[in-house]
Amino acid sequence: MKAAVIVFPGSNCDRDAAVALEAATGRPPAMVWHGDAELPKSDLIVLPGGFSYGDYLRSGAMAAHSPVMHEVIKRAKAGTPVLGICNGFQVLTEARLLPGVLMRNASLKFICKDVHLRVERADTSFTGRYRKGEVVKFAIAHKDGSYFADDETLAHLEGEGCVAFRYCDPQGNVSGEANPNGSRNNIAGIYNETCTVLGLMPHPERLADPALFGTDGAKMFTGLVESLAA
Amino acid sequence: MSKFLQKITPELIAEHGFSGDEYRLLTAVLGREPSITELGIFSVMWSEHCSYKSSKVWLRHLPAKGPQVIQGPGENAGVVDLGDGQAAVFKMESHNHPSYIEPYQGAATGVGGIMRDVFTMGARPIANMNALRFGAPDHPKTRHLVAGVVSGIGDYGNCMGVPTVGGETNFDARYNDNILVNAMTVGLVDAERIFKSAAKGVGLPVVYVGSKTGRDGIHGATMASAEFEEASAEKRPTVQVGDPFTEKLLLEACLELMQKDAIVAIQDMGAAGLTSSSVEMADKGGVGIDLDLDRVPTRETAMTAYEMMLSESQERMLMVLKPGAETSAERVFKKWELDFAVVGRTTDTGKLVVRHNGAVQADIPLSALAHAAPVYERPWTPRPKPMPIAPEDVPAPNSVLGVLETMMGSRHLSSRRWIWEQYDHMVMADTVQRPGGDAAVVRVHGSQKGLAISCDVTPRYCAADPYQGAKQAVAECWRNLTATGSDPLAITDCMNFGNPERPEIMGEFVAAVKGMAEACTALSFPVVSGNVSLYNETNGVAIPPTPAVGGIGLIPDVATMATIALTRDGDVLILIGPEGSHLGQSLYQELASGTYEGAPPHVDLDAERQTGDFVRGLIRTGRVSAAHDISDGGLLVTIAEMALAGGRGITFETAPEAPAHAVWFGEDQGRYVVAAAPDEATRILRDASKARVPARVVGKATGETLKLPGEAPLSLDVLRAAHERWLPIFMGGS
Repeated sequence: MKAAVIVFPGSNCDRDAAVALEAATGRPPAMVWHGDAELPKSDLIVLPGGFSYGDYLRSGAMAAHSPVMHEVIKRAKAGTPVLGICNGFQVLTEARLLPGVLMRNASLKFICKDVHLRVERADTSFTGRYRKGEVVKFAIAHKDGSYFADDETLAHLEGEGCVAFRYCDPQGNVSGEANPNGSRNNIAGIYNETCTVLGLMPHPERLADPALFGTDGAKMFTGLVESLAA
Repeated sequence: MSKFLQKITPELIAEHGFSGDEYRLLTAVLGREPSITELGIFSVMWSEHCSYKSSKVWLRHLPAKGPQVIQGPGENAGVVDLGDGQAAVFKMESHNHPSYIEPYQGAATGVGGIMRDVFTMGARPIANMNALRFGAPDHPKTRHLVAGVVSGIGDYGNCMGVPTVGGETNFDARYNDNILVNAMTVGLVDAERIFKSAAKGVGLPVVYVGSKTGRDGIHGATMASAEFEEASAEKRPTVQVGDPFTEKLLLEACLELMQKDAIVAIQDMGAAGLTSSSVEMADKGGVGIDLDLDRVPTRETAMTAYEMMLSESQERMLMVLKPGAETSAERVFKKWELDFAVVGRTTDTGKLVVRHNGAVQADIPLSALAHAAPVYERPWTPRPKPMPIAPEDVPAPNSVLGVLETMMGSRHLSSRRWIWEQYDHMVMADTVQRPGGDAAVVRVHGSQKGLAISCDVTPRYCAADPYQGAKQAVAECWRNLTATGSDPLAITDCMNFGNPERPEIMGEFVAAVKGMAEACTALSFPVVSGNVSLYNETNGVAIPPTPAVGGIGLIPDVATMATIALTRDGDVLILIGPEGSHLGQSLYQELASGTYEGAPPHVDLDAERQTGDFVRGLIRTGRVSAAHDISDGGLLVTIAEMALAGGRGITFETAPEAPAHAVWFGEDQGRYVVAAAPDEATRILRDASKARVPARVVGKATGETLKLPGEAPLSLDVLRAAHERWLPIFMGGS
């Protein structure tokens, strides 16, 4: 699997994503500078976490208009899988590849901790190594992670099976206490309608190494390798 | 004098912080009256903050050498060898005065400044830490200050993508009017590619990169060199404003340029901005420097030479390039969308010459700025040593576990989760020990090596006896690093004190330096960088002497490191070191008597080293499943922290014949608790006896409660709730 990681000014999880991708694919991904209009042929495009353009204006708003994003949008629409993590999710919503918006956390504070997520479906190229309903541990680190969409959009997401992950407790209960940031319906990640674009606030790449408190995140990358190679 | 327009009045001289003698010295070394720009330049270069004029004669006593030391004090940061061609660059710095006036920006720019010091040397920052002292929780400003400082530190480090992996926080009424914000950064560098600040060579281009210059922060260094008065809040405009996004770009651009063969010298523009950076680079290189301020990128109109030379606008660097390297360097900075301007040349004049609007605004011999600053041997008076307090003189508790629950939920010992969850402590995916343990551990990227990092000082000990307290700060840092299994390498320090013009404050400083020097020497733990922050006082009332220590240690293989978490049922807990006996200045004393009294615990440096070496040996050979040093609150608090971290209860042995509260809560130094399987524990006791290190079994891991003979059990859930409750409730209150 050939992966590309887009690097914006202010991206800071690009290296972490590259390390996790290399561990899964056996080769380093292409690191693509945002100013490049050209994007190498890729089986997977990753928009990493960080503070692209310092989160100025709105998180992800300026990166969504970077030169390289025209090509990313084109490829996404043509079916190339795109994974947006944290700031990458914010960029995907600003680029209109995913609906809704990430607002300031309900606590108004930055939150960095491990969270539990319920896998809402296991039949996409991102979730081949997970079971439906499985509880996994990822890490969050964000200030603007409260997912919001209007009632109609939310009903559509729920009805079409576009909710990818929900915040839950260790037993898998989706509750208010388990919601770290005030996201509607405890949404931690969503798909587009074809389930080829995934945006999620938690960081799978941070829990992808046995020395780092868990490896649940690594399964997303190994699952991608298996499904995209098939 | 026709080229120098503004008249220098006695009022102006006083406003710039000069005493009469200092101004006479200035005119003598300059050979004439200064221009207003020159007066400003002298005022910052001769300020306490930049010249260390009160502390210099004493700082020389600190040991700075060792086989592991690549760079000691005098550069932007210290450097120690990590083997394999790698080195760690680190330093701690204070941003106390600005953080009190404007907590968010003050703390944020403190973090930005210390990270610049580290990446200026060519290192990628890999971890941040901080040591914070706030006033009493019931002081009306405390909550506002905590919220602002934590948020400022978090926002800056989070945006930079450098994990903030831990620190320490105290609440004490003696910091009500002068909080302390000490920030530390550790970076990783190729030992062959360390960049320094000596601008050797004449006719070389002097290049300005980073943000544009504005009027913010003018006189920051001078502010940090004076006491606060009632009107200090009016100094808010002298606090700088940070932009972590620009600093992230500056970091990447500098590291990218450093891969090329372009840089002769580099210096960040921190305190005293363009003045300090140009003077230091030229002076260290033995050259002169000409600056053309018309070329300096500015973001405000009609800035004067005075303002530009004194601005402390953030996220700026000054570099001296190799001849002809301008074009390739400019390309890198343009890619990162940063300002780049050739603003001067190195010269053979030995002078700083500043031109602006077609006129010479300053023309000063560099030696006058860098070396002629007054150096004071200020008078000092030693503090009388407090008398030790017998345990019997401190009231005994009704319930030992009841006291534990209270202590673990107090402002002193409660969980700092509310703080560190606001810091991204995992980014870079190498944080193998997160906040909450003895020391944080970050992996050296791409290897199995780990760096343990810890910040320590116990202000109440220092207040009672600055000599013993400073010794203890160094020893505790060494102990925290040891408890992870690392070899302690070196420290950086932040010497926070009151007004050195008062002999009793100077006496505190002298005693602390002596204590620190003694401990560093005995533990082979040299001081490779640091900073001094004086005048931390308001209306004549000083903070407790606070010599904060930030240390790093090396773990050859992170798979062998220890954590504090007690995770295995049936493991035996062993106290390594003497039985608790000392309650003077302890947290228990404050709880039981309402005050801190008497002498702080004595630090026996020989025993410290022997015990620590023994514990490190146990960890390295995989004989223990957990390890934790004993510090604030004593033995029982240490064990409770281990129990909470691993979710295992403990059944305690009967305490020996001694005052029980001294055994459980005494803060005697040089001690650890380790956990091991029962058979292994027997062997450890035997080996300890051979090594002449005291050791005894204190209990066994089992169940989900703490059980002490003769007392009702305390469940971990109850203890955890008490431990986690205090800070969120305090910060959530109105």
